[in-house]
Amino acid sequence: MPLLTQHIQDENDQYSLVASLDNVRNLSTILKAIHFREHATCFATKNGIKVTVENAKCVQANAFIQAGIFQEFTVQEESVTFRINLTVLLDCLSIFGSNPMPGTLTALRMCYQGYGYPLMLFLEEGGVVTVCKINTQEPEETLDFDFCSTNVINKIILQSEGLREAFSELDMTSEVLQITMSPNKPYFRLSTFGNAGSSHLDYPKDSDLMEAFHCNQTQVNRYKISLLKPSTKALVLSCKVSIRTDNRGFLSLQYMIRNEDGQICFVEYYCCPDEEVPESES
Amino acid sequence: MKCLVTGGNVKVLGKAVHALSRIGDELYLEPLEDGLSLRTVNSSRSAYACFVLAPLFFQQYQAITPGQDLLRCKILMKSFLSVFRSLAMLEKTVEKCCISLNGRSSCLVVQLHCKYGVRKTHNLSFQDCESLQAVFDPASCPHMLRAPARVLGEAVLPFPPALAEVTLGIGRGRRVILRSYQEEEEADSTVKAMMTEMSIGEEDFQQLQAQEGVAVTFCLKEFRGLLSFAESANLNLSIHFDAPGRPAIFTIKDSLLDGHFVLATLSETDPHSKDLGSQELHQPVPQLQDYSTSHLDDFANDDIDSYMIAMETTVGSEGSRVLPSVSLSPVRQLSHSPDPHSEEDEAEPSTVPGTPPPKKFRSLFFGSILAPVHSPQGPSPVLAEDSEGEG
Repeated sequence: MPLLTQHIQDENDQYSLVASLDNVRNLSTILKAIHFREHATCFATKNGIKVTVENAKCVQANAFIQAGIFQEFTVQEESVTFRINLTVLLDCLSIFGSNPMPGTLTALRMCYQGYGYPLMLFLEEGGVVTVCKINTQEPEETLDFDFCSTNVINKIILQSEGLREAFSELDMTSEVLQITMSPNKPYFRLSTFGNAGSSHLDYPKDSDLMEAFHCNQTQVNRYKISLLKPSTKALVLSCKVSIRTDNRGFLSLQYMIRNEDGQICFVEYYCCPDEEVPESES
Repeated sequence: MKCLVTGGNVKVLGKAVHALSRIGDELYLEPLEDGLSLRTVNSSRSAYACFVLAPLFFQQYQAITPGQDLLRCKILMKSFLSVFRSLAMLEKTVEKCCISLNGRSSCLVVQLHCKYGVRKTHNLSFQDCESLQAVFDPASCPHMLRAPARVLGEAVLPFPPALAEVTLGIGRGRRVILRSYQEEEEADSTVKAMMTEMSIGEEDFQQLQAQEGVAVTFCLKEFRGLLSFAESANLNLSIHFDAPGRPAIFTIKDSLLDGHFVLATLSETDPHSKDLGSQELHQPVPQLQDYSTSHLDDFANDDIDSYMIAMETTVGSEGSRVLPSVSLSPVRQLSHSPDPHSEEDEAEPSTVPGTPPPKKFRSLFFGSILAPVHSPQGPSPVLAEDSEGEG
């Protein structure tokens, strides 16, 4: 690896976080999947980095980039937390262009000295090194959705292909997306109620798209479509999606994303339900 | 009404909806005995389009649900188009499409049966409406040409996407000429300095029945919509046209469907638009003036209803080939000045105030099958002039 050929162990010691990556796209792709707000909070532990983006206190997206994705990953403290402008971070990560020439990779070395210091990015492509310093911000407390797998009522795993088109064609004149999950017909239904009328999209439980179907009771919940629409970014990158609802109607969407090196990363969206469903329409 | 479309015909239906969406904001859906008709008209009523999908087009076609009245409906084009938005998706994933119209649920249900058993159901709200019917008769047009849609499609390809109108005419050596149309004031500006002209030899046409020198100018956007449909279905396109200002009629036909697009043509006869390829085209056909002086004023003074009756009863006659003039271009006024009725001509602009002077599309004339007498007097809504922006 041509990047920063000599770095001494001492140098690493002064950083609370050091991570390097041969292919920066393995990081930037995952971050794009949650890029629906300007700012993100990053948590790093020895297991990897979790990047969180929230909106309206109703939706939260988490991207997990486990330590194994990086060629080098050291965290000095128990956990390192900072807030950063995600737009700027993504711009820097793609500073050599977002669609590189085939065969050329951009390598990344990312260092963070600690509270109050900027995040340092060293990007290298074809012998050219760019150094970026991005100011970090005071970390904000993130929401705890308290989504516990023991409270999960219904769970479906779908091949993303089957949902992709549905999400890209959502009738955005509808305020809500209604999700019906049921052990009986219609099993799994996405409904919108827009200006032009209503639309329903039904997936039979024996469909080839359905990898797993564990529905225990009929649940009909509505979610603000404007909050869920950004998850399309994760959906288009993913190969599978797990859709779960708990006893409070909270929604968890987990996306399995395979990066260019064939490694698996996860992006997760949580969304709280909209107001009660009117009896007549459910 | 219930019909079922399967296989490749789903995409054909989708393409037809795309072509119609270039014209109007509302789609009139009417199940007829001889097929399902999809019609639209633009807001200025200067363009009308109609597809009739024959019962054979469908795997199952039931125009009337037993025990129910014949229904026809009007829905927002946007909402119907959204069902067929992605043609690639239609081709790849949709296996069947079922359209049903039910008076009880008062919605038009479009159900797409997709791969993997996925089923999309769209319940589109609709309005009852009268039947939309344009009054036109291709047989009354003296000029006609027919060619594979591909020939014409390739000919319009080089025109800039922003170009609003195109002039179609017959040039020297009976070559068919398509040329970008520019308004006089625009022609001076450097922005629109480019003029594109395509010339197609007579041998590329299956039929060419028009003499040298005739030309009409119509909107390109709608024309492109029909061409793209006809090209994908590999059909021949016939264009029937008459003097400038008279609607041009574009028709396609095969055993499963037929399509009619009726587009208004520019009525102005200013020398700038007419002199196609400098000397290639002659000035307007002389007979135009001959009969226009004798009949036009009579019609112009009649109200729309009697005119429409005239249209329907005297189809093919000389009189029917003349439309009443609702607006006067300076050139026309000149040509009428020796006419004794010119006073009435001059009085006319007051009934249709504010019509944009430089560009004049005649609106087409629509009657309703149910109630042909529905525009009493005064500036009739069906006479609305095209606004310049929509051209």
